[in-house]
Amino acid sequence: MDMNLTLKIWRQKNASDKGSMVDYKVSDISPDMSFLEMLDVLNEQLINNDEEPVAFDHDCREGICGMCSLYINGEAHGPDRGVTTCQLHMRMFKDGDTITIEPFRATAFPVVKDLIVDRSSFDRIQHAGGFISVNTSGNTIDANATPINKEDADDAFSAATCIGCGACVASCKNSSAMLFVGAKVSQFALLPQGKIEATDRVLNMVKQMDDEGFGNCTNTGACEVECPKGISLENIARMNREYLAASLKG
Amino acid sequence: MSGILNSSIGRKFAMALSALFLMFFLLQHFSINILSVFSPETFNDVSHFMGTFPLVQYVLQPVLIFGVVFHFVMGFVLEIKNNKARRISYAKNNGGANSSWMSRNMIWSGAAILAFVCLHFYDFWFPEINTKFIVGDMSGLIDPNNAESGFRYYEELQHKFVDLWRVVLYVVAFVFLALHLLHGFDSAFQSVGANNKYTKGLKRFSKIYAIGIPLGFIFIAVFHFLNH
Repeated sequence: MDMNLTLKIWRQKNASDKGSMVDYKVSDISPDMSFLEMLDVLNEQLINNDEEPVAFDHDCREGICGMCSLYINGEAHGPDRGVTTCQLHMRMFKDGDTITIEPFRATAFPVVKDLIVDRSSFDRIQHAGGFISVNTSGNTIDANATPINKEDADDAFSAATCIGCGACVASCKNSSAMLFVGAKVSQFALLPQGKIEATDRVLNMVKQMDDEGFGNCTNTGACEVECPKGISLENIARMNREYLAASLKG
Repeated sequence: MSGILNSSIGRKFAMALSALFLMFFLLQHFSINILSVFSPETFNDVSHFMGTFPLVQYVLQPVLIFGVVFHFVMGFVLEIKNNKARRISYAKNNGGANSSWMSRNMIWSGAAILAFVCLHFYDFWFPEINTKFIVGDMSGLIDPNNAESGFRYYEELQHKFVDLWRVVLYVVAFVFLALHLLHGFDSAFQSVGANNKYTKGLKRFSKIYAIGIPLGFIFIAVFHFLNH
């Protein structure tokens, strides 16, 4: 059955605007639509009424790119588990519901416009050490030629599934980025290719994370629950170990 | 190694170390206090030993006070820093959907415990320091001029739990302690990097510790209130 909904959406003209919540009504929303398609319907309605459409981030719309964000009814990516906002279906809501839609909130994620936030702080953390230095001149050794313990390979792959959407930061009461950084540190720390630069990597990435103004992790576990890719808290513990060992060395 | 306390992970590690130390102290404190229920004489002897043994008085006691002050000060410092990391709050936040009440309210359970520590110091620690180091009576006796009068510790303990209001305050404080430990115990292990195949078992043990120790302290307070 199609649904009629009330939407409370954060509207903010630009980064310096104060912003406020604005109420909208949308009708005949199919439960099979994705949440972003529902917002498309709203925007079409706004454009037809010569009003400014709601700005929100999106790209692949299949849960891979990490662009769509949105804090929906008090949860990053909404009430479903293991999904991004583009994978969230309207069947999670009922006819007559009021849905509150806000941007991800963190000092390190300033609002650009409406529901769009600037997550380039994540890029700067990655630039600080989220890579391995490999000679790509044509003599690169086949990755499969280096034997890797199956358990380590699986854990590294799990960590590497982080899409950097920022749901961990948005969900954390302290706006901590430790699940993101923990995943990025772990995916390399577990593999022989990543061990060479491991000390500098963890020190530099954590320093950049702190410089960006993210909060301190207090192990509430909200990040793990809300992560669309199920990144585990084990990655934070591994980063802590890596960091403490690197601090002793450095 | 330099400047480790300036990093988020370093602060978290230090917070966890002080927490582990305090949890060990709590177990030791409980082990001595529970003796008062079973054997007043043994409780008196152990209390006198703890109150006069130089290693405890001049080394462990200052370390303990540093640990307590550090844990509280760092807790408040981290709370202020964390509040700065999100200056605009959500209009709607469903924290209960992804985390426990205890984990989100450590600052409030901690503040309640701090208030209790002040009361506890007023009740026991300040009078003890006054007797020993200001009055200069290290005898531990009820009447310092009469060796037959016996040790004063058990009597002082019972005397404190005569008033119902104090027992109620202690019970409420121990409930907050349990709430704090229910998150804090295994959180400390996660912070020092221990998250492995033993974590599930550790979480189970942490629940036993977090509920068992405060419940034991409640039992001791109520026992003395009913038996004074």
